[in-house]
Amino acid sequence: MITREYERPSRKRFWHKESVCGYIFASPFILGFLAFTIIPMIYSFYISFTRFRIASPPVWIGLDNYLRIFTNDPRYLKSVAVTLYYVFVSVPLKIGFALLVAVLLTRRTRLASYYRSIYYLPSLIGGSIAVSLVWKELFAVNGVINKLLALLGSKNPIEWLGHPTYAIWVLILLTAWQFGSSMLIFAAGLQQIPESYYEAAQIDGASVLQQIFYITLPCLSPVILFNLVMQTINGFMNFTQAFVITKGGPMDSTMFYALYLYNSAFNYFDMGYASAMAWILLIIIAAVTALIFKTSGRWVFYESKGGN
Amino acid sequence: MAPKKTNYPVIRIVYHCLVFSFGFLMIYPVLWMIFGSFKTDYEILNEALKLFPAEFSFDNFIRGWQGFGNITFARFFGNSFLITIGVTAGVTISSSLVAYAFSRLRFPGRGFLFICMMSTLMLPAQVVMIPQYIIFRNLGLTNTYVPLVLPAWFSRAFFVFMMMQFIHGLPKELDEAAIIDGCSRYTVYSLIILPLIKPAIITSIIINFYWAWDDFMGPLIYLSRPNKFPVSLAIKLFADSTSKTDFGAMFAMSTLSLLPVFFIFLFFNKYLIQGISTSGLRR
Repeated sequence: MITREYERPSRKRFWHKESVCGYIFASPFILGFLAFTIIPMIYSFYISFTRFRIASPPVWIGLDNYLRIFTNDPRYLKSVAVTLYYVFVSVPLKIGFALLVAVLLTRRTRLASYYRSIYYLPSLIGGSIAVSLVWKELFAVNGVINKLLALLGSKNPIEWLGHPTYAIWVLILLTAWQFGSSMLIFAAGLQQIPESYYEAAQIDGASVLQQIFYITLPCLSPVILFNLVMQTINGFMNFTQAFVITKGGPMDSTMFYALYLYNSAFNYFDMGYASAMAWILLIIIAAVTALIFKTSGRWVFYESKGGN
Repeated sequence: MAPKKTNYPVIRIVYHCLVFSFGFLMIYPVLWMIFGSFKTDYEILNEALKLFPAEFSFDNFIRGWQGFGNITFARFFGNSFLITIGVTAGVTISSSLVAYAFSRLRFPGRGFLFICMMSTLMLPAQVVMIPQYIIFRNLGLTNTYVPLVLPAWFSRAFFVFMMMQFIHGLPKELDEAAIIDGCSRYTVYSLIILPLIKPAIITSIIINFYWAWDDFMGPLIYLSRPNKFPVSLAIKLFADSTSKTDFGAMFAMSTLSLLPVFFIFLFFNKYLIQGISTSGLRR
């Protein structure tokens, strides 16, 4: 070691300079970012202006894909409407459940952590094909849900998956069912709230509900914001469950954006068109995220700003 | 801690009953699947309300394991493990390197690169999915595991961020002292940082295992030959078959496919919960 260092001091020093080490350690990200994000993005942007059916080389057609999306494809507009509906119903439902259960489980019993594990399990396995296939059977005409409703006195079994208004609810419920990971994040956030806040409130005679609305929720609001943003982004990209359970039907009532995009690219091999859809998805997600952040000033409470 | 523990036994009993029965409702679909794999098709389809089978039979497992054509589920599980191990090792190793760079080393462009990395968290996968597919296809790499495993070796933002938070928690004096004693950055990383962020490494391994094991879209796009299929695609074949769906076999193989997930859940629950809570908490 020492002799080598003596022989080639400048070379050795080069590899040990902090900035050089920095680039070496960061190189997996830098190379991967170029190869798997930047170059594909540029390529995708280019082919979104072409007609590209994979077998033959792309042909430049200017804005035609984008024009077709907005003026000549009612299925696309339907898929946007369906996705927005799904996201704006399922995400608040999921976060609401997560909050409610997290607050319920803050009681200091030994059982609480076991309960948390049980509630967490669905979100752990919910993304798997196995669960989607089972979910489909639960909502079958002869499935558990209809049998339960029959016990409660419903006359005719409901065709959940064959009905244009009900089918999407099967998927919404499956999403809401997986509230576990949001719940864990909320539970961790709840533990950060100083006990003294509640003690002070109790001395002032605040009820439990008042404590929740004036202490718990404001203190938790940054965590709620984080969850809202991440779940919304995930919601827009939901693919597997619709692909397995409803295949987008009936009558395109569950044709989620990501599913329609997949079909355009890998069933119809319309790569240019699908790329244009992907770019619009990026813009939609960016817009919705920006909107959430913009309104967040009104309801998110940061302790540093509020004084402590 | 929001509501305080009450001292009224009645309220406590009601509370536990409520929370427990809701929890039971939550995992009922999973229980129904597990017990369903021991039932006959007739029981699954016509006596849906019954949770337990009339008699436990392993026929579904034996029939399901035969798989499709000449390919048994041994093959599918092997494929799944191969992909999962490749992805998990790749993400964990590469992310720990990048996390060390971003949290401990100063180099020009670090701030900008960090913002680039965080913005990939918000980038919909669909934008890069199609061009990546075209590129891998032109390279003749469809029906191999390269498109599924290779990108994982270039770090993933979520895990870099999680490990960075762990490294920030370690005293900086530790690596400064090591540098003064003559350690290089490479030895600081491997001998000091890596052992100390073990919990983050374990969390990363577990979460990546889950994601790669459950991944459906990647294999769906890149693999078309059944002998290359992972379990997730193979189970779907039960539902796709042109003749009658073999529900018993489908449930049995679904249950088996969730076994590794359950085991990790049982033994590494602590790390899992820790990882999810810490990565989501910082604002």
